[in-house]
Amino acid sequence: MFENLTGKLQQVFKKLRGEGKLTEENMSEVLRDIRMALLEADVNLQVVKQFTDQVRAKALGQDVLNSFSPAQQVIKIVRDELVELLGGSSSKLKFTSQSPTVIFLVGLQGAGKTTTVGKLARWLSKGGHHPLLVSVDVYRPAAREQLAVVAKDIGLPVFSDPSSNSPMDLAVAARNYARSKGHDVLLVDTAGRLHVDETLMTELVQLQSQLQPAEILFVADAMTGQDAIRSAEEFHRKLALTGVILTKLDGDARGGAALSIRNVTGQPIKFVGIGEKYDNLEIFHPDRMASRILGMGDMLTLIEKAGEVVSREQAEDMQRKLRQDGFSLEDFSEQIRQARKMGPLSQILSMLPSIGPFQAMKASDIDDRELVRVEAMISSMTLREKSSPQIINGSRRKRIARGSGTSVQEVNQLLKQFDQVRKMMRGAGARALLKRQMGKMKLPAMSQ
Amino acid sequence: MQTLFGPPPESKPGLLDRFKKAMKSTRETLVTRVENLVQGKKEIDASVLEELEEILLGADVGMTTTQEVLDAVRLRVSRGQMSNSEDLKEVIKAELQRILESTENREISTANPPVVILVVGVNGTGKTTTIGKLAHLLSSQNKKVLLCAGDTFRAAAAEQLGIWGERTGCEVIHQKPGADPSAVLFDALTAAKSRNYDYVIADTAGRLHTKVNLMAELEKLRRTSDRVIPGSPHEVLLVMDATTGQNGLQQARLFTERSGVTGIVLTKLDGTAKGGVVLAIARELKLPIRYAGIGEQKDDLVAFDANRFIESLFS
Repeated sequence: MFENLTGKLQQVFKKLRGEGKLTEENMSEVLRDIRMALLEADVNLQVVKQFTDQVRAKALGQDVLNSFSPAQQVIKIVRDELVELLGGSSSKLKFTSQSPTVIFLVGLQGAGKTTTVGKLARWLSKGGHHPLLVSVDVYRPAAREQLAVVAKDIGLPVFSDPSSNSPMDLAVAARNYARSKGHDVLLVDTAGRLHVDETLMTELVQLQSQLQPAEILFVADAMTGQDAIRSAEEFHRKLALTGVILTKLDGDARGGAALSIRNVTGQPIKFVGIGEKYDNLEIFHPDRMASRILGMGDMLTLIEKAGEVVSREQAEDMQRKLRQDGFSLEDFSEQIRQARKMGPLSQILSMLPSIGPFQAMKASDIDDRELVRVEAMISSMTLREKSSPQIINGSRRKRIARGSGTSVQEVNQLLKQFDQVRKMMRGAGARALLKRQMGKMKLPAMSQ
Repeated sequence: MQTLFGPPPESKPGLLDRFKKAMKSTRETLVTRVENLVQGKKEIDASVLEELEEILLGADVGMTTTQEVLDAVRLRVSRGQMSNSEDLKEVIKAELQRILESTENREISTANPPVVILVVGVNGTGKTTTIGKLAHLLSSQNKKVLLCAGDTFRAAAAEQLGIWGERTGCEVIHQKPGADPSAVLFDALTAAKSRNYDYVIADTAGRLHTKVNLMAELEKLRRTSDRVIPGSPHEVLLVMDATTGQNGLQQARLFTERSGVTGIVLTKLDGTAKGGVVLAIARELKLPIRYAGIGEQKDDLVAFDANRFIESLFS
């Protein structure tokens, strides 16, 4: 069952493989499939229409190049169109010359505004800014307390005045406070509201005219369906949004709303929220996102991440060991530790193309805690056992299982899989290292 | 309609009107567009079906369910049973109704209180607000309701539920932030048992259905509940935001798999979002839609009734 655009489009492109030419006929079938795939991924109907029309026009108008197969050619066109639709190159935040730069976060209820304020504040603070946070959500119970807790968690100041119930007073007082204390950025967390709520929308317009924010960022849930276009359009019409932050992108709903919102507002998607931790905010990269949508995987991000945690020497050492077949259980455990430093496995997995060895692996099948068990088993082995696992007999297995709180079956599986991995790696080149490493992560308990 | 909580409060004036009003946007776009579509077109041809497809897809009904409805229409057309707009409307209505009524609305014994209701869902769908409204609904039926602040993760979640407790006059059991949700639930259930509460409504932290360990936490909550009160939780409500697109189906699948969802609460229906994905959910998972959230006030929760829903679509 394919749940995302990536899988859908790959299915589509499989059909194209083996076709000799790009004809009107096979194009229209492909376009129909692309339309279906995009709709299933929650891209708005109007946007889908526009998109498929563009792809059709470009594809049919082009000469068939010998170096490309028709499939590759369509993929290239679809990808280019997607990158363009998603907004060209990534864009930065604007700052005003007069301090503080005011940034509003607006959106529907439950989009993730307050959490995103925390993430953005941390991101700004890491970049050398001194943000002040303020919540003008006087409606939802404990909304202001929530921001206060968030601020405390990330160790940044929050302005609050429990005695005031006026969003305008709060915002103005916060700005004055920021000015007097030398904060260069004021992040304003607004109440979630429906775009059809005239009263609350007017309140936002008034706040905007009073505070003149440099950025009005629309926080939108990546899981939003067809309605994304209506809410985004209305917010944009009233407030002239300057950008979008897409949240909850760590789930398995991806792309659809991004395309729609970007298309209807014309404003860039500046950040994406990819987790519940305050560091889980990333700059939006249209090219990477388009690649990801097309099933090419987000290898760039993965490589960046790998570079952060694995030193060159370590990598070379590992490669040498692999070539010489000296790969031990100790190395195995070291690799697991490195992989874990890169973040949750499901997150790493989502960056890989969903083809080849990764096809069968779904993020929902991966549990980081399996790795903990494997580490525990390896830690329960003696040095000699780690370097020559063939000596691990029945009684040793029992001891290892007892020592690690696992079962003999699990130890058996680990040893069997380690053996397979070692065989597989024999002669494997350096380029395959990362791939193999991921393949290995099908761990004992998962096959039960 | 058989709900766990008995019939919807009939005494409330204008409930149907408010429900209709909340559904107005859905009705206007869907029904008016169908009517516009068929007016002036006595004969039903391919382009009518294509437009009908777009209308359903635009309401987040989803590809599979839309195709199913269209197939039923096509079948009738090919048999010559249908040729004009009235027929078309009736067939669509019947199809949607059939889907919503095919759900398994199992009856739950409330004979041995406390009845335990676990409220689950992804982040930001309105779980805590729904619990507040549900507490209001039940306590207005003179039930003793205990709230359990099981969201120990999100900042100020317990405070938020605490305010709802004050508003509805219900006691809230909570612990420190970061506490084990199962421990909070254990406390709440033990208290409810010894102090003869009728209902315990347990909040949980919002979680994406793809996070394996967080989903496992829900299984633990279920186990804890069953240990303290055998057979509980009696009801597991999945709160779904009406703006949710096709991912809602996957949410429903995984939450049902891991936490045994028994029903859906569809929130934020007072916006322009249609919530059409519940049709896909009802079709595939046979999960009944129990309540609709239609505003931010404590009485903005109404029993969701398949008949009434369809009627309000087509009235």
